[in-house]
Amino acid sequence: MSSKLNSRIPEGPISEKWTKHKGTIPLVSPANKRRIDIIVVGTGLAGSSAAASLAELGYNVKAFCFQDSPRRAHSIAAQGGINAAKNYQNDGDSVFRLFYDTVKGGDYRSREANVHRLAEVSASIIDQCVAQGVPFARDYGGLLDNRSFGGVQVSRTFYAKGQTGQQLLLGAYSALERQVAKGRVKMYARHEMVDLVVVDGKARGIIARNLVTGELERHSAHAVIIASGGYGNVFYLSTNAMGSNVTAAWKAHKKGAFFANPCFTQIHPTCIPVSGESQSKLTLMSESLRNDGRIWVPASLEDAKAIREGRLKATDLTEEQRDYYLERRYPAFGNLVPRDVASRAAKERCDAGYGVNKTGEAVYLDFSAAIMRYGQEQANLKNMTNASEAEIRAMGTKVVESKYGNLFQMYEKITDENPYVTPMKIYPAVHYTMGGLWVDYNLMSTVPGLFVAGEANFSDHGANRLGASALMQGLADGYFVLPYTVGTFLADDIRTGSISTDLPEFAEAEAAAKARLEGFLNANGSTPVEVFHRRLGKIVWDKIGMARSESGLKTAIEEIRALREEFYRDVKVLGGMFEMNPELDKANRVADFMELAELMALDALTRNESCGGHFREEYQSEEGEALRQDEEFAFVSAWEFTDNDPGKATLHKEDLVFDNVKLVTRSYK
Amino acid sequence: MNLTLKVWRQKSAQDAGKFETYQVSDISPDMSFLEMMDVLNEQLISKGTESVVFDHDCREGICGMCSMFINGEAHGPDRGVTTCQLHMRKFKDGDTITVEPWRAKAFPVVRDLMVDRSAFDRVIQAGGYISVNTMGNLPDANATPIEKHDADAAFDAATCIGCGACVATCKNASAMLFVSAKVSQFALLPQGQVEATDRVRNMVQQMDLEGFGNCTNTGACEVECPKGISIENIARMNREYLKASITA
Amino acid sequence: MASQRGLFGTSLARKYWMALTGLFLITFLVIHLLGNLSIIFGTGEDFNAYAAFMTSFPPIKIVSYLLYASIVLHAVDGIVLARQNMAARPVNYGSYNGAANAGWASRNMALLGIFTLLFILVHMKSFWYEMHFGELGLDANGNKDLFTLTVTAFDQVWYTAFYVIAMIALGFHLWHGFQSAFQTMGWTHPTYTPIVQFVGRAFAVVVCGAFALIPLYVLISPNV
Repeated sequence: MSSKLNSRIPEGPISEKWTKHKGTIPLVSPANKRRIDIIVVGTGLAGSSAAASLAELGYNVKAFCFQDSPRRAHSIAAQGGINAAKNYQNDGDSVFRLFYDTVKGGDYRSREANVHRLAEVSASIIDQCVAQGVPFARDYGGLLDNRSFGGVQVSRTFYAKGQTGQQLLLGAYSALERQVAKGRVKMYARHEMVDLVVVDGKARGIIARNLVTGELERHSAHAVIIASGGYGNVFYLSTNAMGSNVTAAWKAHKKGAFFANPCFTQIHPTCIPVSGESQSKLTLMSESLRNDGRIWVPASLEDAKAIREGRLKATDLTEEQRDYYLERRYPAFGNLVPRDVASRAAKERCDAGYGVNKTGEAVYLDFSAAIMRYGQEQANLKNMTNASEAEIRAMGTKVVESKYGNLFQMYEKITDENPYVTPMKIYPAVHYTMGGLWVDYNLMSTVPGLFVAGEANFSDHGANRLGASALMQGLADGYFVLPYTVGTFLADDIRTGSISTDLPEFAEAEAAAKARLEGFLNANGSTPVEVFHRRLGKIVWDKIGMARSESGLKTAIEEIRALREEFYRDVKVLGGMFEMNPELDKANRVADFMELAELMALDALTRNESCGGHFREEYQSEEGEALRQDEEFAFVSAWEFTDNDPGKATLHKEDLVFDNVKLVTRSYK
Repeated sequence: MNLTLKVWRQKSAQDAGKFETYQVSDISPDMSFLEMMDVLNEQLISKGTESVVFDHDCREGICGMCSMFINGEAHGPDRGVTTCQLHMRKFKDGDTITVEPWRAKAFPVVRDLMVDRSAFDRVIQAGGYISVNTMGNLPDANATPIEKHDADAAFDAATCIGCGACVATCKNASAMLFVSAKVSQFALLPQGQVEATDRVRNMVQQMDLEGFGNCTNTGACEVECPKGISIENIARMNREYLKASITA
Repeated sequence: MASQRGLFGTSLARKYWMALTGLFLITFLVIHLLGNLSIIFGTGEDFNAYAAFMTSFPPIKIVSYLLYASIVLHAVDGIVLARQNMAARPVNYGSYNGAANAGWASRNMALLGIFTLLFILVHMKSFWYEMHFGELGLDANGNKDLFTLTVTAFDQVWYTAFYVIAMIALGFHLWHGFQSAFQTMGWTHPTYTPIVQFVGRAFAVVVCGAFALIPLYVLISPNV
């Protein structure tokens, strides 16, 4: 293991590590907490919950988000649910099983201790959210309802229709606003972190751009928490929000924080397919739909061609003419295989010519069987012994509507097709990034005082995240981990006193940020930022997307470097520096994506194996399944920014030790 | 499709602002309204004109950031959608489309089509929460069963995305639907009833302070609400406030 | 502003008073209409007896003061609310399609209310003032002959036209106002609210229609 990486995993059996660690973390007394300032960047699940919880404890918190309100962070878009090892369904769930499923689902590339802690605190998250008034779905007995998600064989997912992320975020947001009202949190909306300030080797503040006035502001603190989400927008088209960006994390990386596993990106299998050139983003259809939807393509190439050309409709095909390829390939898990497996299987079918829309990149997600099954259930409940098919269908449609109504409505609005009647068309799209800033067990990066939470860190999901685990991790980090672990760093800071923003480090960081932004304005080029972003996205999707190869990655690196050079020369940003200027903000974000993209390619190139979301064409079985190389690659790649060039980053390896889970080939057959 | 756009341009909150007319061509009916605006902006930038500023983020109808008043209606002519989910197939080739920012005293224009909705955050700060700290040993989530109808109604109220379409569309710029949705969510849950009296009084007071108008019960808000939040919530808040005023 | 929390001053409190006074005025309309119908179905003396009763019976007198207060409160409160509402949107939309999402009556309550108020003033000058302070002759029973005054007024086409238009305005006002009052008070229910809405609209049409019918009857009928 690299000497620069110390994961600080506590000693002892895995199930006792966290309890023991909590008991030994140095505490900061309430009176001293009032003398300590903490900056939280990002107000999604991790950021909001961390900011609120730290403020409750007594720290002075400054929270930043680029949106107009903390409630808009992209956690809000998570649909399906949140996992917790409550075992309310009495189906054999436990903390260990959640831990095990997560390590296995992550294809054995995550840190056991972190994952176990996540599983341990998962139950508390549900208690906390219910106490906050989060309206989870309930059954007729008034108790909480659960559903099942990909990659697991129990029902442990709590949900609020298709808006679970929204409801959880609003819970955290209301806790945050309560602290804002008390004056414990100072909220800076429409502010974007443009640099990290490091003083004497410790993270002591940030430079933020006020997006309304354009001013660069200096903010100091004793510790900085980055909870700014993932970097999926490096692909241009993704399910991320338009504003989601890597800038906060990337700036921290350039200031010394190692970036871990950047090539681990998740392609979500069920998104609405791309419809045209001017498309700006992709819309996810929740994984929960795979509970009831069956995925298929036509069994014959002729039928697929006929469907693409509009000569045949999906409903014209009989059962025998359909290929339910997930059920065929993975009988044990069927349509509920993990996301990486489902995505690759869809790509495989479409590449083979079985795609069902004009672009040839879509498969069906069909609810007709579920509608009839639920309809029959209702008929039985109502003692309708000879209900007609239409009656059964109508009743079943109602059940499906009550479960997924808002998703179906969203689908219909976007595609103008009624998914209750014709099967949905879906295709994989970039959704989540498992990689992120490297953190130790305390969620602290390699820059002392810089903590990283939620999707922005790399910690819990290995090479592939299971559905409904992102919400769990965000809230675990914010509510139940950071409030304890920040003490490990801050206990030494009770006598530091407030950090001055007049320190030369602040002045330097501000000047550098200003020079960089002015650089975009003064480039006087001819091409809008959006065009560069789109071109970058195409390179990344084609060559660092669902399938990667050595030659493709090498080409990608060359292309990215050339594009980056062209960008600085030819970007066109109108308007001024000290005014609202979204184009300038976008240029600043895209510039960072261009550097990150190269590191992603480098990471993918270095990792000569296929695992989770990282699929190297050279490493697959004869059946096309991923081939891990545990002997050589059971480590976390942590990249240090060196030589002021993302392509010359230095690799540090954190070896992964599996004491509790045996490494086996992941099989969902 | 070829379209004529009348777009409100306003440099800053202090600036007076006026409509500018632009032409866009080759718009696909499958584009969302915001993608059409992207096309306009790319076109403007190439010509050396600053792009039209508007709020947007998730582009899947849940973040509540997008906020355009299109042809006299909040989020345009379609129902149950935000502007980002409004598709150009709802318009005809050759149409003239008027695009304005939300207009309310409580929502000052920041720039062009972007407004400041921090008034909503302040209303939430006044009481849109349950006063529970982060605790590792709260009662088990299943300790208090909640009747499914109440849980579902609380959920329906809680789906508010805070976009402000209700204020924008209301002839009085009233925020009653927004405030009542939050009051209702908590009033329907046992956890929320503990603080119900103070919550409704404080939130209503803050709503008034922000300069929103009064409710005439026209029902326009529920028609335009992208999440279909019912004015039954307004009635519930009226009850809650009456009860709070009489008993407190 | 801190004191404006309870049943006075806040937006919700002002609306409660609008609703309560409105509902009270609605009940008065029924009494008023029943008396007026004696113009069609009774004799002039019946009508005069009704008018005399209304102006002299002590309990009615008390109620009438409540009525005047309600009219004043409803009007003043309404004007305050309307002014606040206008202030809540200082810059108007260039294009506003109100018809897309709300009924015409609900969007014009203030206008309809002001017109109704104007009508009440004219109406009270014509009849109430004359009854109380004017020089009216006596009928066969010794009651003030309001009937003759009424018939004379309604035989003028312009007066009847004004009266009928005012009743249409009031009708629209009630079309929305009746059920709106219930919503404002929070008296809603999945089963009963549709009934309230129906009754409210039926009330608006029937009562205002009947009010309007009387002057038309007087104008057209050769006998009165």
